[in-house]
Amino acid sequence: MKTIPIPLYQVKRGSRLIIMEIPDGHAKVQLIRLGVVKGEFIRCLERLPGGTIVIQKHRQEIAIGVTLARSILVTYAVSESPSKA
Amino acid sequence: MHNHSDIGPFQPASPEHIEKHRHVGLDVSEIEAPGLSVALVGNPNVGKSLVFNYLSGMYVDVSNYPGTTVELIKGHYKAYDIYDTPGVYGISSFTAEEAVARDIVLSADIVLNIVDAVHLERDLFLTQQLIDMGKKIAVILNFMDEVQKLGLRIDTKLLSNYLGVPVFETTATTRTGFDQIDTALLQAHRGEQDPSLHHKLHAMLNVTGSEAEALLVLEGDEATAQRHGVTLGHERESLYIDRRNRVNIVINAVLSETNTRTRLATLFGRLAVNAWTGIPLLFLALYLIYLFVGKLVAQDVVSFTESTVGKNLWEPWIQGIVTRFISPTSWLGTILVGEFGVITMTVTYLLFLLLPLVIAFYLSLALMEDSGYLPRLATLVDRSLNSIGLNGAAIIPLILGFGCVTMATITTRLLGSEREKTIASAILQFAIPCSAQLAVVAALLAGAGFGAILIYSTTIFVVFVAVGTVLDRLLPGATTPLLIDLPPMRLPRLDNVLRKTTYRTYFFMKEATPWFFAGALGVGILQVTGLLTVWQNILAPLTTGWLQLPREAATAFVMGMVRRDFGAAGLYVLALEPHQVVVALVTITLFTPCIASLMVMLKERGWKEALMVWTGTWVVAFFVGGVLSQILI
Repeated sequence: MKTIPIPLYQVKRGSRLIIMEIPDGHAKVQLIRLGVVKGEFIRCLERLPGGTIVIQKHRQEIAIGVTLARSILVTYAVSESPSKA
Repeated sequence: MHNHSDIGPFQPASPEHIEKHRHVGLDVSEIEAPGLSVALVGNPNVGKSLVFNYLSGMYVDVSNYPGTTVELIKGHYKAYDIYDTPGVYGISSFTAEEAVARDIVLSADIVLNIVDAVHLERDLFLTQQLIDMGKKIAVILNFMDEVQKLGLRIDTKLLSNYLGVPVFETTATTRTGFDQIDTALLQAHRGEQDPSLHHKLHAMLNVTGSEAEALLVLEGDEATAQRHGVTLGHERESLYIDRRNRVNIVINAVLSETNTRTRLATLFGRLAVNAWTGIPLLFLALYLIYLFVGKLVAQDVVSFTESTVGKNLWEPWIQGIVTRFISPTSWLGTILVGEFGVITMTVTYLLFLLLPLVIAFYLSLALMEDSGYLPRLATLVDRSLNSIGLNGAAIIPLILGFGCVTMATITTRLLGSEREKTIASAILQFAIPCSAQLAVVAALLAGAGFGAILIYSTTIFVVFVAVGTVLDRLLPGATTPLLIDLPPMRLPRLDNVLRKTTYRTYFFMKEATPWFFAGALGVGILQVTGLLTVWQNILAPLTTGWLQLPREAATAFVMGMVRRDFGAAGLYVLALEPHQVVVALVTITLFTPCIASLMVMLKERGWKEALMVWTGTWVVAFFVGGVLSQILI
């Protein structure tokens, strides 16, 4: 079971993730509004060359630029029994 | 029909409330309710504009991407004043759009909150914030048809109980359920506020005047705090997280999923942001646009309308009539029906050259917008745009620029920082030809061959990158990262696409026409007074020496200052070699922005920046054109 936080831009495409840390600022506010907060389960839908990431939370798809994706920390949600926070 | 007894529970109003909360449906009848204001509020792409359109009968631009509604739009429905707002994810002042929406919400008597039922989790955050603000609300749960298709189930009654406000199911695209909007307006009332939050807000009422503004102050909204001269609250994050948790509880209770099958549109949306499939799809889209705009319309349609209708039918006919009364060689004759005739050349250009191309362009753009493709394109090009100091979101104003640079300069507002607005508007003014200009460019280039097209596009692209790179290096600060929500891919609705195309074309032509006539008149006057020759002589070292073009090309630059497309049109009448065509077109494309976009530039970016860009375009246009000429000719 891996729990070491890694930056979002390094994750594997298609992987299920748990948000560990979002840096303060406008991006955090916007992400809270879109439902992406610490502890939330997300999926990395796409990882474009250069590091732009598309994540999915339920039916919501969000594109995140590389500089932001570098500062968002996540862990792989390896366990198949997601315990809702 | 409006039974007052089925109005939901209503909290007794304390005296402080009275000013802000007039009670619709309780003490005010429909006819006697003058000027009750209704704000249509919702996330981007939830169908607000369609509801507004239905209620007010007014058309507003409807797009499947954020940023369409930047200006305040007001309409009337029965006794209500209806305000459309830009799509926002929450009420605050992070962007210009949010500030517009915030002010409308604050002053509205009733908020009609349009919610995308497919994205309940995202949208209810705004709903809950509006409830926390203590506004009178009715929720319109839109896209119910898609909810069924996706195998979702929403317990609307339970949702209404949780929120404490009436909820109505609709499908905006087919107008299903819109007949309930009347009831919604009558039944709108305050929702389920957290009691401790309500007390907190009440304690601030004597300072802020309304709960809504009190909440914004607590949430650290600087504009609202300044307005009331109070210290800024620091509870944004805790309030936001509480609200998010509250929404999650509601969602868990009311939403259930019966089917996880991926829809075709969803699949297409995924392919559009994949590196392997996204780029081929982009090229396919561009190729289709080229076939439609560049080939079918620019060549086949225009050659018929321009030569057959314009040059062979309209011009001789009107010349025949006018010359019956005025000698064609007199000064008035020259101005009216001469070489740059106000009613010969100008009419031909406007109606028979521009109009078909502008329609074709806006049609393609509308299809791209309404399908939800643009935000995916923004994602795809994000990294590339990073290298010129922009993020992917800038692709929207840049693409709009190919329609109308003026309009696009306004939409640079949606970009994240001043730095990006500066870069994007500079690129727009320097290197993006608008549809009208492209029309003339395409027509001229088509005659000059494939090589000419290649050299032209490469040069413009190099300047595009160069302007971005230089500004990115020069300007302090860093590029804000991309953070956009990708709306679902949807099959564009034909009536909306057509309506949007008509509307935009109409406004474009309305804006362009006076300038065209003014420009033609101006050039005509310069011609009859002999000033045109003087100007041509002044510019002669540049035009003939440096650019190696005929002396008359200088006329195009006079016209180009009025409108760039008009300038390009001025090249139309000259007999140019293919290489000269390329040089002339490159120069006129990079040349000064039209008067209208200069004005917008002044307004949006300030005189300093506008003047720098304006002078810069002179330098760059003649420099690049000249270098190209020295290489080619």
